[in-house]
Amino acid sequence: MFGSKRRFDIKSYPGFLPVTLLCLVILYAPLLVVTVYSFNASKSITIWEGMSLRWYVDVFVGPESEKFKVAAWNSFVIAIIAASVATTVATLAATGMIRAGKFKLRGLSFGLISLPLMVPEIVTAVATLIFFNAIAFERGLMTILLAHTAFCIPFAYLPISARMQGIEDSYEQAALDLYATKRQAFTKILLPLMAPGIISGFLLAFIVSLDDFIITNFVKGAGVETLPTAIFGAVKQGIKPNIMAISTMLLAVSIVMVTVSYFVSKSDNTK
Amino acid sequence: MAAGAASGGSATTDTYREARTWLLLPSWLILAGLSLIPVCLMLIYSFLTKEFRGGVIWDFSLAAYDQFFFDRGLFGDDPAQIEWTYIAIFWRSIWQASAATLLSLAIGFPTAYFIATRPERNRAIWVFLITIPYWVNLLIRTVSMKFLLRDQGPLNDMLIGIGLIDTPIHIVNTNFAVQLGLFYSYLPFMVLPIYAAVERYNFSLSEAAADLYASKFTTLRRILLPAVKPGVVAGCILVFVPSLGSFLAPDLLGGAKNFMIGSLIEEQFKGNAGNWPFGAAASMILLTIVLILLLIFARQQARAEKEAH
Repeated sequence: MFGSKRRFDIKSYPGFLPVTLLCLVILYAPLLVVTVYSFNASKSITIWEGMSLRWYVDVFVGPESEKFKVAAWNSFVIAIIAASVATTVATLAATGMIRAGKFKLRGLSFGLISLPLMVPEIVTAVATLIFFNAIAFERGLMTILLAHTAFCIPFAYLPISARMQGIEDSYEQAALDLYATKRQAFTKILLPLMAPGIISGFLLAFIVSLDDFIITNFVKGAGVETLPTAIFGAVKQGIKPNIMAISTMLLAVSIVMVTVSYFVSKSDNTK
Repeated sequence: MAAGAASGGSATTDTYREARTWLLLPSWLILAGLSLIPVCLMLIYSFLTKEFRGGVIWDFSLAAYDQFFFDRGLFGDDPAQIEWTYIAIFWRSIWQASAATLLSLAIGFPTAYFIATRPERNRAIWVFLITIPYWVNLLIRTVSMKFLLRDQGPLNDMLIGIGLIDTPIHIVNTNFAVQLGLFYSYLPFMVLPIYAAVERYNFSLSEAAADLYASKFTTLRRILLPAVKPGVVAGCILVFVPSLGSFLAPDLLGGAKNFMIGSLIEEQFKGNAGNWPFGAAASMILLTIVLILLLIFARQQARAEKEAH
């Protein structure tokens, strides 16, 4: 027995591969099914009548197209602005947390930044609604934008701070030794090195804003809709084929953005 | 995410020491203004008097908490009895979130373990595959789940088609559908911390156990599981907490009979029938439960870290 090969491979357990595959099936089956049925020619969501782009056409020119166009535009504008502000704030905060020495309020600052991740989303939604009510801020697009900006900060912060921790400060030190100002070291050395982290932080914040339903549903004014609240309203009356077409498009946007984020954050420009 | 969150990140340099306040100020202002102060206001609102068309009257009152815990009859002058309606909703939510957590663990643990034992260059792709669905709109995922599980949906069609069943199985509007929806919503939160823990695990410990004639199962139970326990606990917390307050899965997949905390809270702020102080009180109770859980979790992680050194 001594020195001989072990009786079995200690690392692998039977059944773990099938469970992993089952896991992937559960994760992807609903998305695939909806994607396939969004191309259904039938008016019914139950019967399959062959491939067609009819419901995609319906989304853009059909009776409900105006509503969805406005909602999509709102979602898009809010996501762009909220993600840009959140990414900028998160980049500065990460620099302050990771590149500005130890300080007393560091733990507290970190707690504040991760607060939206710890508080259940519905509680954040209630609290934000109450806040706007207490200061008599009229509900509308602006309230959605403000709420999204705050909520997106931790999502932007995580990849950005992870990236910054991976960059040695010798590059900036070298610049400072060659008489660069600190501002120059920051903008000309650190920021370009940070680019992959910043881009992936921005993309994640963008998706989080684009996808948010609960907070938006609480703080939006009457008649103001984003894509998720418009979809939710429509789904309450039953799942219709045009909803599946919109869902498939939104799904595609999310997957493309996450994939880009993945490959950008993997690319390493410090070498 | 969880491990980094507990410790606040690694060592720092101090290149931009002078600018620190200015660097951090925007995040302090935005998060204090739109996250911390609102939560404090919510606490205050839960002690105010309700206005009949939504909103509050600024008069101190314990009515919201009283309504939550006590039943004083139709006119409010009967002797106080325990009010079970809302406690039952909280209890059901805890139950549903626990079931979803167990389901995620049962499927997430083998998956995480399997991924962590792949050759190093393939792991990132596996992790990526597991996390993609998480970034797809939660609403769309939940609607897709409902579409798949409907009585006339593709799942039942397929099962009938291959002759496994004769009549459709009713899944939508059951407890199980909600659990499945919650599982689907938060599974990556289970897989990622367990994956991280298994990846760090030193497999020569398992090999030593096997050399000493421990069976595979014993090795798993006595050696591997204790070593990766912090990851498992982190995964369970990360699935349980958002499940507890979730709104979409119970609302879309559960129907009226499977009401959870999220729907109870949402109802208080919709239209004129709502009760803002009561909604704020229910949110405070939910937040308290969550914070207690996170505190226990933080202490447990700190202890595990101490033992590791």
